[in-house]
Amino acid sequence: MSTAPWLTIMLIVPAVGSLVVASLPRRHGTLAKQLALVVSLAVLVLAVLATAAYDPDKAGFQFGQSYDWIKEFGVSYSVGADGISLVLMLLAALLVPVVVLSSWDEAEEGRRSVPAFFALLLALETGMVGVFAATDVFLFYVFFEAMLIPMYFLIGSYGPVEEKAQRSYAAVKFLLYSLFGGLLMLAAVIGLYVVSADQLGTGTFDFATLRQLEITPGVQKLLFLGFFIAFAIKAPLFPFHTWLPDAGAQSPTGGAVLLVGVLDKVGTFGLIRYCIPLFPDAAEYFAPMVLALAVIGIFYGALLAIGQRDMKRLVAYTSLAHFGFIALGTFAFTSQAGTGAVLYMVNHGLSTGLLFVVVGFLVARRGSRDVSAYGGMAQVTPILAGVFLIAGLSSLALPGTNSFVSEFLVLVGVFTEYRALAIVATCGIVLAAIYILYLYQRTMTGPVKDEKMRLVKDLSVRERVVVAPMVALIIGLGVYPKPLLDIITPTVTATFADIGKSDPAPTAPVAAPESGGRS
Amino acid sequence: MNPANYLILSGLLFTIGATGVLVRRNAIVVFMSIELMLNAVNLTLVTFSRIHGTLEGQIMAFFVMVVAAAEVVVGLAIILAIFRTRRSASVDDVNLLKY
Amino acid sequence: MSAGGAAILAADEHGGAAVHYAAASGAFSLTWLLIALPLAGAAVLLLGGRRTDRWGHLLGTLTAAASFVVGLVLFFGLLDRSGDDRAVSQHLYSWIPVNGFQVDVGLLFDQLSAVFVLLITGVGTLIHIYSIGYMSHDPGRRRFFAYMNLFLASMLLLVLGNNFLVLYGGWELVGLSSFLLIKFWEYKPAAATAANKAFYMNRVGDVGLALAIMFMFSTVGSTNYDSVFGAAAADVIGYGTITAMALLLLLGACGKSGQFPLQAWLPDAMEGPTPISALIHAATMVTAGVYLIVRAAPIFDQTQAARTVVLIIGAVTILIGCVIGCAYDDIKKVLAYSTVSQIGYMFLAVGLGPAGYALGIMHLLAHGFFKAGLFLGSGSVIHGMDGEQDMRRYGGLWRHMPITWVTFGLGYLAIIGFPGLSGFFTKDRIIETALAKGGTSGYIYGGVALLGAGITAFYMTRLFLMTFHGKARWEHDGPEAKHPHESPATMTGPMMLLAVGSVFAGGLFVLGSSMQNWLAPVVGEHGEAHHDISPAVVTALVLVVSAGGFAGAYLRYQLRPVEAVARPDAEVSVVTVAARRDLYANTFNEVVAMRPGQYLTRFLVWADNVGIDGFVRGSAAAVGGLSGRLRRTQTGFVRSYALSMLGGTVLVVGALLLTRAG
Repeated sequence: MSTAPWLTIMLIVPAVGSLVVASLPRRHGTLAKQLALVVSLAVLVLAVLATAAYDPDKAGFQFGQSYDWIKEFGVSYSVGADGISLVLMLLAALLVPVVVLSSWDEAEEGRRSVPAFFALLLALETGMVGVFAATDVFLFYVFFEAMLIPMYFLIGSYGPVEEKAQRSYAAVKFLLYSLFGGLLMLAAVIGLYVVSADQLGTGTFDFATLRQLEITPGVQKLLFLGFFIAFAIKAPLFPFHTWLPDAGAQSPTGGAVLLVGVLDKVGTFGLIRYCIPLFPDAAEYFAPMVLALAVIGIFYGALLAIGQRDMKRLVAYTSLAHFGFIALGTFAFTSQAGTGAVLYMVNHGLSTGLLFVVVGFLVARRGSRDVSAYGGMAQVTPILAGVFLIAGLSSLALPGTNSFVSEFLVLVGVFTEYRALAIVATCGIVLAAIYILYLYQRTMTGPVKDEKMRLVKDLSVRERVVVAPMVALIIGLGVYPKPLLDIITPTVTATFADIGKSDPAPTAPVAAPESGGRS
Repeated sequence: MNPANYLILSGLLFTIGATGVLVRRNAIVVFMSIELMLNAVNLTLVTFSRIHGTLEGQIMAFFVMVVAAAEVVVGLAIILAIFRTRRSASVDDVNLLKY
Repeated sequence: MSAGGAAILAADEHGGAAVHYAAASGAFSLTWLLIALPLAGAAVLLLGGRRTDRWGHLLGTLTAAASFVVGLVLFFGLLDRSGDDRAVSQHLYSWIPVNGFQVDVGLLFDQLSAVFVLLITGVGTLIHIYSIGYMSHDPGRRRFFAYMNLFLASMLLLVLGNNFLVLYGGWELVGLSSFLLIKFWEYKPAAATAANKAFYMNRVGDVGLALAIMFMFSTVGSTNYDSVFGAAAADVIGYGTITAMALLLLLGACGKSGQFPLQAWLPDAMEGPTPISALIHAATMVTAGVYLIVRAAPIFDQTQAARTVVLIIGAVTILIGCVIGCAYDDIKKVLAYSTVSQIGYMFLAVGLGPAGYALGIMHLLAHGFFKAGLFLGSGSVIHGMDGEQDMRRYGGLWRHMPITWVTFGLGYLAIIGFPGLSGFFTKDRIIETALAKGGTSGYIYGGVALLGAGITAFYMTRLFLMTFHGKARWEHDGPEAKHPHESPATMTGPMMLLAVGSVFAGGLFVLGSSMQNWLAPVVGEHGEAHHDISPAVVTALVLVVSAGGFAGAYLRYQLRPVEAVARPDAEVSVVTVAARRDLYANTFNEVVAMRPGQYLTRFLVWADNVGIDGFVRGSAAAVGGLSGRLRRTQTGFVRSYALSMLGGTVLVVGALLLTRAG
């Protein structure tokens, strides 16, 4: 069972599904939705089965497959999963059905073809699975860029109906920003190929081979920057973030969930998967700069989120703060911080995803993203308000929700290595409380804004089905995160061990470690 | 034989043709100048073919002639079409395709 | 390997005192039920929705009571064990395992957590019963009980956790419950604002606690109580580090307990329903800071510097609470500031080190009884007066609500330290021990505590007299007419039980030093203090000062009529004006934190748009402008194209010739 080509199947199913859905005539909207839901659920089942078959104690990639693609350039179709990519694939596979279900009625608004919308979602899923599964750097690059296309159309064609100019502005901005980073990365990818051709005789794009290369520090720095800027734009990290609020605000809800929930994770995933193992010396050289940017991002994102009036922009800015935490954990080079960062990627997908979904529901009821258009919603729509609060609490990392585990791991891991930085970053949790609860206060509490709002309906059955699994996971992973940690920890530990980093020992250890590290 | 004479002649013809293309406005004259340039090249090709004693140059010259003939057919048709609508054969009047 | 085993091993290595927790077995393997019961109640009520409206309050009360019963069973189980074996640890499951960072969810039922469990579930159950009556007309009653159950579960998690991270979990979750309950009437903007303010200020404290835990992990490699305390007792942690830990813990404690400088949220929290003020913002949650310090006693024992800071904060807070308490006319605000100052006493006690830990806990328990009773009494008054909270609109109520009058009166006598009642024993001992600390500092702390006792007597007498005695100042007829009436039995019952507690609890604790002996294994032996001033003299002093405070209030508010409307600021002293403004604490927060924060936020929003995004849009515009220029070369003239082609050809040929030549 464990030898089944899980990853290839997970790529083929949504790709074929996307083609089938796209070929449906426009009038068969309902059929398209149902088909998309079935396909995305099938991918979810596959992802869960793959996770069950995954053996966390085995080193290296699992479910690996490799076929020559462009032999002349050493490009191959190679896929494989390690602990980091597996949990992110799981996240992507989980969010797509949620998005399909939450966008059930949304596509009509765009007065565009409904089948096309769902076909784009499935195409996006193909790209997301591929980008995490690829173990060939060139293949990774292809998926990295291919994801842009469906997302561009999702923003440009299915954003808010009445804001045509803004949404095409946002779509183009997103595309250009990402392309700019992508081209820098392409240059670095080609650079890697040249270096490998120099050292090995024949050039290769195979990740496992590339990480064995001994690259001179100067070259490492250049190549590192090529990858890093692409990922920093994608994530995004301060100061490459200005596309995110626009894209987040102008996306349809489902698009925003996938954009912030999964697409942006490709950036942070790239940092830990490619930047660090491929260029260890450069990573160490640039670590202080990245850490500084991360801490600035935490505060900058939080303060800007507090100052926003557009709810979707607000959520987008909170993500900037969260990506700061992720980058902080990634570049502290301790296994706690690294594991926390990877877990944070998953948790952020869940909590911010849910936040976008709920904001989407709210906007759908009122037709405005402006915070000041709301007030007292908790009286009218108590369930919606409750779910909103749970998503928000997860976003501010309250213990008992998923994000607390990851945020604390990041902070404690950073603390053992960079004490002052951790102290500063920890102060960011106060701002997190402010941006979430201030938003909650302005929208949900107080007197009902106007009498028309009293007629608004609470969450429908479909909407409850959408949020229920997310809420369950948010609380479940907060109380019992061990299954995910067990998958992530060995891979992260191995990644850092590979570049010669190990956790600092406690200065005055009193208890023998209760169970030794797995490295 | 001395190839220099042929080449000088060819160079002269080409220069005359190029100047014609650049300075004349009448589309027909421009067209004839282009033909002149093509034939200057043909002359070169044949000259070198003769020097090397191979046939490639002559084959190339035939290609050029055929292509030139085809080009004349299409080109003249366009010029005629333009002349019919605008009553003018000046290339400077045909400048809508810009910026 | 059990955590206890590891600690013994380690302590042996360092030759320090072993911290030993027995593994849970028998009845103690049910410790988790304490938390699970109210949690299940909350889950059923929240998920069940309106279907549970009819019986929700009963279920909520039942789970609280069941948890109390379990607590009692465990407590008696603990009594059956021998003195050193009275700490029982239950390992539940592995929570966050990442290589060296291993955090388990485990519970510790020892002497300290036992008394807290009984206080929380006992007082909690009473307040649940009270709320059945108090909230009977509120459409959100089910939700209210769900939140109360959630609070009980969180608070129990806080006191039962066997490591600091579980404690932190409970710590933030009680903050959440408190937030939810303060904004229970969230259609009132004031309530929503107060809830947010409470959460923000608590979060500031939480940063301290979180950082303290990080310090622990990075120095000791664990967050378990046994490892951390073992290391602290073995004196292997540097003085600077352990002082930093202690001060950060103190920051957390200040946030949660409404101590200076984070006291401003607590009075605002009175926007919540009164039972909440009694349960969370008087009896239990706000005393969590005291619990934290006492729990971390082995850390504070190692650092005189941190203990001094605790003492100063306690002393300052006592005075702040007392002074402001004298100025307010809102009955709940006065009680809130009274809570602030009473917790100041507890901080003062625990700041005295081993001599005071047990005293702090004793005062905490006694305070839990009488302050909960006072709040419930005030709730009963507010209930009877149709929501009126201004004491100047009360007066002469004793005739109309006799049970409330008696029970409130007993609580009042307990808090001002009437001989024989709870407060007399516990507060007296704190003042005595502070004076016995020796040196000038001992006299200062003792003097502040003594002064505080006098002012407490003054403002509590003022509150009591203005409410229950004197001339009735409410509207007797007309549309605004009030009809004060006694509350139903569900409300008076808990008030009576709490009144009994207020009377006897203190005596019980000091009888044969029972509480100090009980807690000794956790906080260390208290030892016999050296008294400069004999305890009898101190007691007499306290009585005289309190009597003075009482007399002052009696002269001012009983013998002279009370105005129904407070005098404007211009006619009262500077001190009163300052006290009415919370000693400018809110103004300070506003000027120092809020306004600059708002300006910074606005500036950043502007800067992000103009600066960073401006750069991005600027480069886009530059590219656009450049291409606008460049496209002008596309003139549409065939001959100019031909010329540029020619030029290009010449260039290429020239370049070829040059390279060929070179």
